[in-house]
Amino acid sequence: MSAPRPAGQPLVEVRDLVKHYAAERGWFGLGRPRPPVRAVDGVSFAIGGGSTLGLVGESGSGKTTVGRTMLRLQEATSGRVFFEGSDVFALDSGRLRALRRRMQIVFQDPYSSLNPRMTVGETLREPLKIHHLSGEVSSLLEEVGLDPAFAKRYPHELSGGQRQRVGIARALSVEPRFVVCDEPVSALDVSVQAQVLNLLADLQSRRRLTYLFIAHDLAVVRHIADTVAVMYLGKIVERAPAAEIYALPRHPYTRALLSAVPEPDPRATKRRIVLSGDIPSPAHPPPGCPFHPRCPHPKKSERCRTEVPPLREVPPQSGHLAACHYAEQPM
Amino acid sequence: MTLGTWFALLVAIILAAEAVRAVRHRAFGSERWRRFFRHPTAAWGVGILAFLVIVAVAAPLIAPFDPDRQLDIIGLKNHPPSWTFLLGTDVLSRDVWSRIVYGARVSLGIGGLGALVAVSVGSLVGAVAGYYRRWVDAVLMRTVDIGLALPRIFILLMAVALWDRLPFWVLVLAIGLTSWFGTGRLVRAEVLSLRERDYVLAARALGAGAGGVIFRHVLPNAAAPVIVSAALGVGNVLLLEASLSFLGIGIRPPTPSWGNMIADGAPSVYTAPWTTVAAGLAISLVVMSLNAVADGLRDALDPHEEGGAT
Ligand SMILES: Nc1ncnc2c1ncn2[C@@H]1O[C@H](COP(=O)(O)OP(=O)(O)OP(=O)(O)O)[C@@H](O)[C@H]1O
Ligand SMILES: [Mg+2]
Repeated sequence: MSAPRPAGQPLVEVRDLVKHYAAERGWFGLGRPRPPVRAVDGVSFAIGGGSTLGLVGESGSGKTTVGRTMLRLQEATSGRVFFEGSDVFALDSGRLRALRRRMQIVFQDPYSSLNPRMTVGETLREPLKIHHLSGEVSSLLEEVGLDPAFAKRYPHELSGGQRQRVGIARALSVEPRFVVCDEPVSALDVSVQAQVLNLLADLQSRRRLTYLFIAHDLAVVRHIADTVAVMYLGKIVERAPAAEIYALPRHPYTRALLSAVPEPDPRATKRRIVLSGDIPSPAHPPPGCPFHPRCPHPKKSERCRTEVPPLREVPPQSGHLAACHYAEQPM
Repeated sequence: MTLGTWFALLVAIILAAEAVRAVRHRAFGSERWRRFFRHPTAAWGVGILAFLVIVAVAAPLIAPFDPDRQLDIIGLKNHPPSWTFLLGTDVLSRDVWSRIVYGARVSLGIGGLGALVAVSVGSLVGAVAGYYRRWVDAVLMRTVDIGLALPRIFILLMAVALWDRLPFWVLVLAIGLTSWFGTGRLVRAEVLSLRERDYVLAARALGAGAGGVIFRHVLPNAAAPVIVSAALGVGNVLLLEASLSFLGIGIRPPTPSWGNMIADGAPSVYTAPWTTVAAGLAISLVVMSLNAVADGLRDALDPHEEGGAT
């Protein structure tokens, strides 16, 4: 285990992360240049040890890209990531390999996340071998609620939920401190989703894990996230403690997302905000506020079309950030 | 043909049939092999190839005559097929059946080894290009473009300029190293899509090196097109060897290969077609069998048919 960290210092910190995908240029870069896809466009956040940041946004908003660049599975365009105080993007390959043990990832699609030619046992033994660990396949399987007999099975013999458990066991095999859970339940049957969510919550408290929990709607992260960040077109548009954001969302986009979440209390009535249009292409983001073409805010003005709203603190609560010129106004 | 060689031939046929039966027996236990045998021709392909391999290995037992011996250059020249000379004799009075039997060693050897070289180089180059992308990919794939554009015969003729007749292993290498371009491109395309699979990312996230990722996660999943292209490649190499021999730059006579037998028989193809026809048929038989086997394999290895829960 690592040295105890001073209280209040985050385990993971992301500073102004940017990832632009250059458009294909073809033959040795000849041909007409096209604008890059701004998948992630200046994202910053920090996650305290043992806590969970829920990262929420529509498809294509850049959530997966954030998770993967943080783990250096993809090269970032710019920005920095700190893990336990060390600069992740500056590590050489030897130190990076050591870091691989501390930061792990669970994937969205249980069908493509396991090598179809390897048994469950082989899949789980590989990381143990890479890092010369003494862990056991059977205890890993038991920890994620699978019978040790599964070690001999191939992925195609498993259900989606079982595969996802194997993917979780694989991530745990190297005893990480931080796990990126990239929509770990969105591909599963509704009946299985709750089981896997509960498993992840159990594992978090048992192993004192820190999560970046990615989801495309606010309902999934409600019970697991301590802090929620909402992404839109590569930017974080609102970030606040979970209780805050559900009770008093400040950004019109968050409000719209929240209005789509079924209310636990059936007597509560709420107005459903339906967003017009589709999410614009990140290759051609709108000028000004990226959300303005779809924004239903009554105060929407010329300013929204020209001036990019910074992510700023919205009173009264400190620690509640929103990127909207009119975050204080009711909708 | 003596009684002994007839007997050896019979044994070879029985062994080949037995081999098919054994493989087919396994088919009951495996979904994949069942799909393979759904093609009726696939079983014939396996049987014929097994027979020819047995014949090649047991050539001394099966060939009734020394393949290089000129039996009687006056009396037995271009003798038509008979019970003694099953496929007749050639212009130098050598027994054609014996030459076919020994030629199987050379031709199947060149075909198999040449295709092995081609598939190994092609897989490796394709995997490296697809995995590393960027300039590595650009350089390797431009090489492939050039390799596919240049006529192979031309490249081989350049190689031949160094030797007057190519030794066996040089021929294998020359053919193998000019036959991998298609496989290389195929594997690259496969790797480009496989490298984005989550299990490849997972392996990298767990700290696996490039070699581990390529050999454990990428290539095994690209095996299906590789195996199919290997099966077809053997046939192509065989045909290439025949063309080279016809141009007089293949295997050095008197050693028989099916290719140089066609060339040997060509001048008397109207009066004594059996030499050319026998060698030509042998080549066609192998190529057709390989195509049938490749078809079966394509089905058997199709990942979309991989059974299981969904
Ligand atoms: N390799 C790539 N090349 C080019 N563009 C890419 C690539 N990967 C992702 N993108 C683009 O980047 C943007 C963000 O993608 P990303 O996968 O991070 O979104 P996401 O929020 O995870 O979406 P989802 O909910 O669908 O998983 C998308 O517009 C996507 O098309
Ligand atoms: Mg995603």
